[in-house]
Amino acid sequence: MNAKVHVQTKINGENVDFLCEPRQSLLECLRDIIGLTGSKEGCNDGNCGACTVVFDGRIVTSCLVLGVEAQGKEITTIEGIASSEGLHPIQEAFLENAALQCGICTPGFIVATKALLDHNPNPSEYQIRFWLANNLCRCTGYDKIVFAVQDAAGRLASSKK
Amino acid sequence: MKWVDYIQPSTLDDALGLLKKHGEKAGILAGGTDLLVLLRAKAKSSDIIVDIKNIAELNQLDFDKKTGLTIGAAVPCYKIYNDSNVKKYYPGIIDSASIIGGTQIQGRATLGGNLCNSAPSADAVPGMIAMGVTCKVAGSNGVREVPVEEFCLAPRKNILKPDEILVSLNYPAPKPNTGSRYIRFIPRNEMDIAVVGVGVYVELENNKFKDLRVSLASVAPKPIFVQEAGTSVVGKEVNEENINLAALKAKEAAKPITDMRGTIEFRKHLSEVLTKRALQTAIERAKESV
Repeated sequence: MNAKVHVQTKINGENVDFLCEPRQSLLECLRDIIGLTGSKEGCNDGNCGACTVVFDGRIVTSCLVLGVEAQGKEITTIEGIASSEGLHPIQEAFLENAALQCGICTPGFIVATKALLDHNPNPSEYQIRFWLANNLCRCTGYDKIVFAVQDAAGRLASSKK
Repeated sequence: MKWVDYIQPSTLDDALGLLKKHGEKAGILAGGTDLLVLLRAKAKSSDIIVDIKNIAELNQLDFDKKTGLTIGAAVPCYKIYNDSNVKKYYPGIIDSASIIGGTQIQGRATLGGNLCNSAPSADAVPGMIAMGVTCKVAGSNGVREVPVEEFCLAPRKNILKPDEILVSLNYPAPKPNTGSRYIRFIPRNEMDIAVVGVGVYVELENNKFKDLRVSLASVAPKPIFVQEAGTSVVGKEVNEENINLAALKAKEAAKPITDMRGTIEFRKHLSEVLTKRALQTAIERAKESV
């Protein structure tokens, strides 16, 4: 008997219950069951990073996590980055530095950048490029993304003063 | 992906019972960065996914100065390279764990999974072979210990029977005057498959090689242990001539193929150059080791 599984998890600070098939990825569950379509499907095999979310305190590609593995975990998606007061400084920095063109990779880049700056508030260019190597962008050529991350680091540092 | 059941056993015995029941139709899930890709590509077919992340023995990351380091098969790379004992005593492990995939992959992927996937290019395996790591394998007939150099058999083939599971990797206790290093050549800076990978380990005594172990990836159907590199220089002076001699033995042992990543000639050349460079770093580390 093929039964769906009841999963209880926490997404962007809220308790969420959903039913899924064990074969469904967390990305499919977020987009097609829960309706959080900010995380994007690019390659569906862990290369492109467009589906990046924070899972259990660490960024992962949600296409390579099963929805059932979310049981009891905490997840942050791109929808959890901005607050009710407005965009997050990383999002502002991406916009103002034109760090996106088509935009499909952007949610993944922003979630990955937030994890980087939470862990290392003042990364070098090398550290930024190394950390973001699992996020692919086919439009910008990456330089503007690196500038945006450096700008975001500066904004976050001055907001803490 | 076709319908597949999912179960998360909480003890090793439960997991072994499931493997005995389902055999090759059970897919073992740790980080999933190989399993889920293979299932989706229909390169593997499983009826049930056995998630091993809830089993205590597979989550061990224990260090003891006398017995060494035990890394459970389900421990993800980021936990390994952030561990203070690994940083202090086993920098060679960090060389591998920090370059498998990118940041997101390292959040899930495990060294045990890298070994069980048994790719000829596995980044974690040459370092394990060089450091003399043994695998603890459990099955319905009990537990056995297997040196890593005997684990892989061919691309995606290894010694695990359908009812067996890799429990942990056991790194020997750290010794003074020892150092290890893993480096690879890839055309990009990160996120790529090794054209050649080299893991080395040295133990020095009075400026002589007391022990030297070299292992190569991507130059044969499985990662190989180059015994001749050690036998050619053990007991001899630590100098450029002997480093070059060990590197030449690595080149001779490499039996690569030509494919889209590199030719036979290029891979043999890389085996020599990378062995030389890896040995230089390992020797520096041995001189600084505690």
